[in-house]
Amino acid sequence: MRSESDSRRLSTTRPAWALLRRAVSLLFVHGFLLAGAVFMLLPFVWMLVTSIKPPEEIFTAQLRLWPKQFYGLENYRFALTSAPLLRFALNGVFICACILAVQLLVAIPCGYALAKLRFPGRQALFVLTLLALAIPVQVPALPLYIALADLGLLNTYFSMMVPFFLSVFAIFLLRQFFKGFPDDIIHAARLDGMSEFEIVWRIVTPSAWPAIAAFAVFSIVAHWNDLYWPLIVISDAKLAPPPLGMMFFSDAETGSNYGALTAAATILTAPLVVAFLFARRHFIAGITMTGVK
Amino acid sequence: MSSLAIPAPGVRRQAFGGRQALIEKITGMGFCLPATTLLLLTSLVPLCVLVVMSFTDYELGALDIKSVGLANFGKAMSDPMFRRSLWNTLLYVAIVLPGSVCLGLLVAVLVHQRKRTRSFYEIIYFLPVTSTLIAMATVWQFLLHPRLGPINAFLQLIGSRQYAFLSEPSLALPTLAVIGMWQLIGFNMVLFLAGLSAIPRDIYEAAEVDGCSGSIDRFLTITWPLLGPTTMFVIVTTSITAFKIFDTVAVMTRGGPMGSSEVLLYAIYLEGFQYFHTAYAAALTVIFLVFILVFSVIQTFVLDRRTHY
Amino acid sequence: MARVELKSIAKSFGAVPVLSGIDLDIADGEFLTLVGASGCGKSTLIRIIAGLEPQTSGSVAVDGRTIDHLRPHERRVAMVFQSYALYPHMSVASNIALPLTMQRLSLWERLPLVKLLSPKRRRVMRDILEEVRAVAAQLQIEPLLGRRPSQLSGGQRQRVALGRAMVRHPDVFLMDEPLSNLDAKLRVHMRTELAELHERLKTTFIYVTHDQVEAMTMSDRVAMMDAGSILQLGTPTELYATPANIKVAQFIGSPTINLLPATVGEGGDIDVIGRRVPLRTALPAGTSATLAIRPEAIAPIGNAPLRDGQATLAGTLRRVENLGSEFILHFDVTGLAGKVITCRVPADHDVAAHGQVDLVFDVGACHVFGTDGLRAEPLGGRRDARDGRVRLYLNAGSAT
Repeated sequence: MRSESDSRRLSTTRPAWALLRRAVSLLFVHGFLLAGAVFMLLPFVWMLVTSIKPPEEIFTAQLRLWPKQFYGLENYRFALTSAPLLRFALNGVFICACILAVQLLVAIPCGYALAKLRFPGRQALFVLTLLALAIPVQVPALPLYIALADLGLLNTYFSMMVPFFLSVFAIFLLRQFFKGFPDDIIHAARLDGMSEFEIVWRIVTPSAWPAIAAFAVFSIVAHWNDLYWPLIVISDAKLAPPPLGMMFFSDAETGSNYGALTAAATILTAPLVVAFLFARRHFIAGITMTGVK
Repeated sequence: MSSLAIPAPGVRRQAFGGRQALIEKITGMGFCLPATTLLLLTSLVPLCVLVVMSFTDYELGALDIKSVGLANFGKAMSDPMFRRSLWNTLLYVAIVLPGSVCLGLLVAVLVHQRKRTRSFYEIIYFLPVTSTLIAMATVWQFLLHPRLGPINAFLQLIGSRQYAFLSEPSLALPTLAVIGMWQLIGFNMVLFLAGLSAIPRDIYEAAEVDGCSGSIDRFLTITWPLLGPTTMFVIVTTSITAFKIFDTVAVMTRGGPMGSSEVLLYAIYLEGFQYFHTAYAAALTVIFLVFILVFSVIQTFVLDRRTHY
Repeated sequence: MARVELKSIAKSFGAVPVLSGIDLDIADGEFLTLVGASGCGKSTLIRIIAGLEPQTSGSVAVDGRTIDHLRPHERRVAMVFQSYALYPHMSVASNIALPLTMQRLSLWERLPLVKLLSPKRRRVMRDILEEVRAVAAQLQIEPLLGRRPSQLSGGQRQRVALGRAMVRHPDVFLMDEPLSNLDAKLRVHMRTELAELHERLKTTFIYVTHDQVEAMTMSDRVAMMDAGSILQLGTPTELYATPANIKVAQFIGSPTINLLPATVGEGGDIDVIGRRVPLRTALPAGTSATLAIRPEAIAPIGNAPLRDGQATLAGTLRRVENLGSEFILHFDVTGLAGKVITCRVPADHDVAAHGQVDLVFDVGACHVFGTDGLRAEPLGGRRDARDGRVRLYLNAGSAT
C-alpha cells in the first residue's frame, strides 16, 4: 500500500517540472518583494528628484522622474538660507550626544549594582525600573512642563534633554548583560585590589561594548527623530532639533515650495540614513533590540 | 557566658565577610543614587503629580486649586472630541496592526529564503525605520497632493478618479495608517527575521526528510508555531507604537479634516499645551496610560514566555 | 531491501571542491561508517544521499534506480541529525508521528480547521498513533510520549530522534554524528544499542562520525575519508591491520600509531636511526619513508632472546601512564631528538626496571609508507589470513 503511493509520487517529480516550478515561484517572490520595495522607496526617490526640480516642473510635469532642468543648487541654497537647517542638524547632534552621555554615565553603574552587588532596596529599585519601562515620555510630560516653566527653564537645551537623562531601558538592558559577566573575573579584580568604581569602568564596561553600541544607536535614532517633547518645550527656532526644525520650516513662508521643502527633508534625513547604510548591522541590532520605545 | 570571652574562629572571618558586605552595600547604593534620583524626579513623582492633578481643576498659572473628584473623567466621557480621538486611535491601531504584522511576516519569510538578495531587500525595507518621520511626512504630503502629487497623477494616467487623500474625511485616517504601515513593516520584518534565524536549519532539514516539503506545509508545521512567541511580541510592540501615533497627525492633518484624524496623543497635546486645560489633559493622559499599561502587561507576560522553548 | 550505489559523486561549493569522485557500493543491510576528521566531506556526502544537498556531478542509486531527481522525503531514507532536530513545539508522540501524517494525509487534511472536515482523518490518526506506540515501546520511551523535547535528557532525545526515523520503515538509515552530543558514558551505551538496533532491523545504515572508536565498534565496513575522497574502504580489522595510507594509520587506533622517519636502503630495506630493518619494500633506494609501529606491537625487551624477524630501537623511559588494566609507556628515542614512542604493555609489566632500554618489535607487524603516504607492501612477506598481518621470513627458504 505504502509503496504504491510512493511510486505514484515518484512519477510526479520530473526534473524539468521541478525546475519550472522553481522558476515560477522565484518570479512571484521577487515580483512581490520588488513591488514592496518600490512602495518603500517611493518617498525617498521622490524626495531626491523633487529637490533638484525647478518650481515649473514640480507644478506641471507630474510623473516625470528626472528633471529637464537641474535646479538642485537653487533649491538647496534656498532651503539653507531661509532656515538654519545646519543649525537644526547640529542641535540634533548636540542633544543626542549629551543625552547619550548622561544616560550611559547613570545607567552603567546602576546596571552593574543591580546585577552584581547586594544592597538594601535592590529588589525595589529593580521593580520600579520595570514599572517605569512601561511609561512613555508623554505621560510625565505635563508635570515636567509645569516644573520647567516654574523654574524658567523652558526654551533651553536642558529642558529638551532632561526627561531622557534616565533611560530605564538602558539600566534594564545593561543589567541583563552584566548578569552574564563571570563573577570570577570580578572576584579576581577585587583580590587584585581594584575598587568597585574601577571594576565598573575598566573591567565590566569594555566587555559590554556590543550592548552599549546597540543602545547608542537606539538612543540616537529615538532622540534625533523625537518631535513630541521638543514641540512642547521649544518655541525658539534656534534651539530646534531636526524634526521640529522641519516643522518650523514647512510652516514658514515656504508654503508649497516643494523643491525647497524636499531639499530640507533630504538634508535632515541624510545623516541617519547614511549612518544606517554604513553601520547596517549595528542599526538593525540597536533599533530592534527590544522594540521597547 | 563564655561565648563572650572566647571569640570563635568563625567570628573574624565573619567580620571580614561583613566588611565586604558593607562595602557592597555602600557602593551599591552609591551607584544607584543618580539613577534613583532621576527616576523619582523625571518619572515617578511626575506620574503621581499627574494622577493627583487629574482630580483637580488646575489650569497652568492658576493660583487656587480645588478637587473636583472624577469630574474630568466624566467630562472626557461626554466630550465628543475625546471620544472621537479615542475611536480614531483604536481604528488606526486596528488598521496598522494586522497590516504591518502580516506584511512584515510575509516579507520576512520571503527575504529569509533569499541568499544573495537578502541584504538588498533588508536595507530597502528597513530604510523608513531610520528616516526622520517628520521629514518623510512632508514628502508624503507632497506625494499625496491632490494636484501636484505623483500618486494622483498616476491615478489620472490609469483613468481612475483622483483623491484628496488628506482632506477627505473618510480617507485621512486610512491614509495616515498606510504611512504608519510604511514605517512599521521594515521594523517588524527585522524582528521576524531574528525569530526566523533562531530556528535551527536542522529542523527544516529533518522536516524535509520527513515529508514536509511544500512551502505551505513547512510554514504551518515549523515556521509559524516556532515564530509564535516572536509574533506575540511583535503584535504587542506594534500596538503600543501605533497607539502612540502623533507625528504624522501633527504635521500632515492636524486632526482634520473635520476631526476625522484626531488621535489621543494629539488631543492631549492640544488640551495640555495649546489650550492649557492642564487638569483635563492630565485626566486624558491617565486614560492614555491605562491603555499603554494594558499593552505592557501583555508584553511582560509575553516576554516571560519568549524564553520558553 | 536497499543497496545504495554512489557513482563518482563530486561536490564543490563555488570553486572549493568538497568531494571528488566518490564511488561507494553499500550492500543491503550493511552498517557502513564514513569516518574522518571534520571538513573531510563525510557530512556533505550523507546529505547528498539524503537529498538535502545537490551533488555537482555523479549519481546516487538505490537498488539500481537513480534517485537524484527525488526530493528528500521521496527517497525513503530517514535521517538522524547530530542535534536530533526534534520539533520543539510538538510532543514526543507528534514528533514521531509527523513523517506518517505527512505521508498519509493530504494537504487539506493537515490544514488547521479545514482538517476537521475530513471524515477519514481520525481513523488515520488513530492508526498512526498505534504505530507510534509500537515504536516507542521498542525504544522504551512510551512514558515520554506526552512530553516536549525540552523536557527530555540528551539520551531520551536521541531515542525520540531514532523513533522518528524508525516509524517510517525507511530503506536506509542515515545518521550524522548522532552520538556526539552525548556524554562519554551514554555514548558507549548508545553504541551498543545502535548496533543491536541494526541487527534487529536488518536495514542499511550509513553512519557518519569523526570518532574512530564508533567506526571500529559498530560497522560492518568503514570508509575513511580525507579531503573529499575515500582513502580506504574495508572492514574495521582491515583498516587497523593494513592501513592503505599513512593518514588511515594515524587516524585509526588509540594511542596513535608511532611514526618514525626512515630512509630506504639497499634492496628496499628500511633504515631507522642507523639500524637496518629488513623489510624489503619495493620503494626505490635512497628515498625517504616512514616506519609505523602500533603501540602494542613494540615493547621493552625482556629476558627472552631476540627472535627471528624482530628488530630493536633504543629509548629512554620518560613517563608512565597508568590506565589500570595496562600501562602506556612513553620513550624518548635515542638518536632522534624530540621523538617519542608509546608502548602499550600489560599492567603487570615491570616498569621500574627501565632506564635506557632496547625496544623490540616484530618486523612483520610494522608498516612502511612512502613519501606519497601510500602503503609499501614488503616483498618478502606473506599475509597471514588469520589477522591480516604480514609474516616476514627473513631468510626466505629457511621458513616453511
